[in-house]
Amino acid sequence: MCPFDLHIPEPSARPGDQPDFSHLVIPPAGAVPRPEPEALASSEIFRETAHGVIRVLDDQGHAVGPWAPRIVPEQLRQGLRAMMLTRLFEDRMFRSHRQGKTSFFMKSTGEEAIGAAQSMVLGPRDMCFPTYRVLSWLLARNYPLTDLVNQIFSNEKDPLKGRQLPILYSARDYGFYSLSGNLGSRFGHAVGWAMASAYKRDDSLALAYIGEGSTAEGDFHEALTFASVYHAPVILCVTNNQWAISSYAGIAGADEATFAAKAAGYGLPGLRVDGNDFLAVWAATEWAVARARANLGATLIEFFTYRVAAHSTSDDPTRYRPAEEALNWPLGDPIQRLKTHLSGLGEWDDARHTQCEAELTETVRSAAKAGEAIGTLGKSKPPVSEMFEGVFETPDWRAREQRGELGV
Amino acid sequence: MATMSMIQALNSALDVKLSQDPDVLIFGEDVGYFGGVFRVTEGLQRKHGEKRCFDTPISEGGIIATAIGMGAYGLRPVAEIQFADYILPAFDQLVSEAARLRYRSGGEFWAPITVRAPYGGGIFGGQTHSQSPEALFAHVTGLCTVIPSNPYDAKGLLIAAIESNDPVIFLEPKRIYNGPFDGHHDRQVKTWATHPLSDVPEGHYVVPLGKAATVREGRAVTVLAYGTMVHVANAAIEEAGIDAELIDLRSIVPLDVETIVASVTKTGRCVIVHEASRFAGFGSELSALVQERCFFHLKSPIRRVTGWDTPYPHAFEWDYFPGPARVAKALKQAMED
Repeated sequence: MCPFDLHIPEPSARPGDQPDFSHLVIPPAGAVPRPEPEALASSEIFRETAHGVIRVLDDQGHAVGPWAPRIVPEQLRQGLRAMMLTRLFEDRMFRSHRQGKTSFFMKSTGEEAIGAAQSMVLGPRDMCFPTYRVLSWLLARNYPLTDLVNQIFSNEKDPLKGRQLPILYSARDYGFYSLSGNLGSRFGHAVGWAMASAYKRDDSLALAYIGEGSTAEGDFHEALTFASVYHAPVILCVTNNQWAISSYAGIAGADEATFAAKAAGYGLPGLRVDGNDFLAVWAATEWAVARARANLGATLIEFFTYRVAAHSTSDDPTRYRPAEEALNWPLGDPIQRLKTHLSGLGEWDDARHTQCEAELTETVRSAAKAGEAIGTLGKSKPPVSEMFEGVFETPDWRAREQRGELGV
Repeated sequence: MATMSMIQALNSALDVKLSQDPDVLIFGEDVGYFGGVFRVTEGLQRKHGEKRCFDTPISEGGIIATAIGMGAYGLRPVAEIQFADYILPAFDQLVSEAARLRYRSGGEFWAPITVRAPYGGGIFGGQTHSQSPEALFAHVTGLCTVIPSNPYDAKGLLIAAIESNDPVIFLEPKRIYNGPFDGHHDRQVKTWATHPLSDVPEGHYVVPLGKAATVREGRAVTVLAYGTMVHVANAAIEEAGIDAELIDLRSIVPLDVETIVASVTKTGRCVIVHEASRFAGFGSELSALVQERCFFHLKSPIRRVTGWDTPYPHAFEWDYFPGPARVAKALKQAMED
């Protein structure tokens, strides 16, 4: 008999080490088969979709294999534009934080394809239950940049009235549910929304995101259980960006099973998808939508991606992972990959890209300036009376008295 | 009008709302076909269909998360948590989500949900079927907390809760489901049949949230209570022979502070009674409010009669429970101070 030995997972590389992704098994683009959206969740084929990586774009930027979606070039350009805008906007706001114009910011660098493609596949009546790293959802739907800036600066024109931390947006008209800083706690709301839609015989479906780290929360398993039991028309997405602040995905169980594979235990189909491949994200989402619309319920999708930037403005990733790790991520950069694809189709080129980037930079600059003209954090804010509004539908005596006490 | 127990009155409230509003639906553990472990949802699935009243997995967090999502969509879900003791896995959903959704989204989303839970002790339920966690919810800005004490109020308050656009925690004192309980556990069990507040309209009516009821008028001392303790306090007042004014708060959020202040201003004395533990219990807030607003009218210290600061004990139920003897003693002390 040998004594037990406690296992503590460790990532493949730490600061000072060479980045090492050799343990990742990444099949070539086009290799994973595509089941029919009506396939039984118990079908053998879902073993391959949950353990492989569904990829469409190959290393040359060609769309290959059974998952290659039909997307007209104009839509691809729209998607590319939304991703570029997201990156430029976030870079600008990150600098604004460094200049003391706001208290907090988070970037989605490297993950822009996920929100952009899904936002375009889903309809205006569908509802997304976001995490804080899917700004591209809103920008693919042309959410006004100035409103974002005003929210980030918590200024007088902040649509959330100064009550919420920067980037925890809410945008009902854009199919974007209210964000919270508590992780995973809205995953089950999406299931409830989808059940309500089915109860009302509506056709509005729900889509929810959760980070790979937060799949360890009970919320994840509760949502999957309810989605499975009631055949809820919901698309449940795990954004596996490899890092939860300083904890690598193995701390959430990634070394033992893929996140997509967890679907099997709930009797749901699981898809593991190259999250840096706009076309693969699009195709997998279309597949899950078709399945939900056929009244076959939920799909769990793991988007395999990489968090290029720090967790937030309060984080320094060089303290826990190699500084060059992002450059070595084997699935590349989503913007570059879509650009290469579009260029290969003869629908885009370097000159247009440069011109587009210049235009978007100017768009971002003028939105930031407009927000700054209203005021940055502390220089401008909504009326203080807003602090007391909206707790209940009708404020009770406490709000009335305390407003008086504060003199607002 | 019909004579109803609290269970029948609650069932009637749910039946009325299911009949009236297609956006109302009910779910929870064992509430569907079976009708709930306390029978509050009995017959509702049969009458209204399984999509209107159905069973859920044993997952309080999942039940409340689902309810919030449905509420955000536009429904008015009524979720049952089988015992208030089991609500804690859903605490994050109630505190971080339901209570704040309207505020943080700038009014874009809200959670018009009602969370029913049998609550309180007196049934030999031990630590896990007897607790009174109302103070946990009262402290959370954005939640309403309602505790009825009789069939008439139970129905009217539940209808008001379902029609509210704010999230409501609706705590049902299980010891008085089938009859009023004055704390004399060694005496014959009473039914609601002879109690005037078991006379309940069969149709729709509302008892508004945030309006206390003056159960008996008096001039010597004000007694603040809710739920089962209204009946215990009433018995204690009679047994002590003191001219006390008894106020049934009915909802602790929103709180009818005006009625409380008017009464204590008149009587100059205040005794607060609740089943829950004392330290940082809801009585602490009541005591502070009375002190702040009635200090110059007070003739004696505010007294609290509560459960002890221990977990709810099984064998010691009647040592723990703040029965009529303890309430009567506090009343006398308040008069002598």
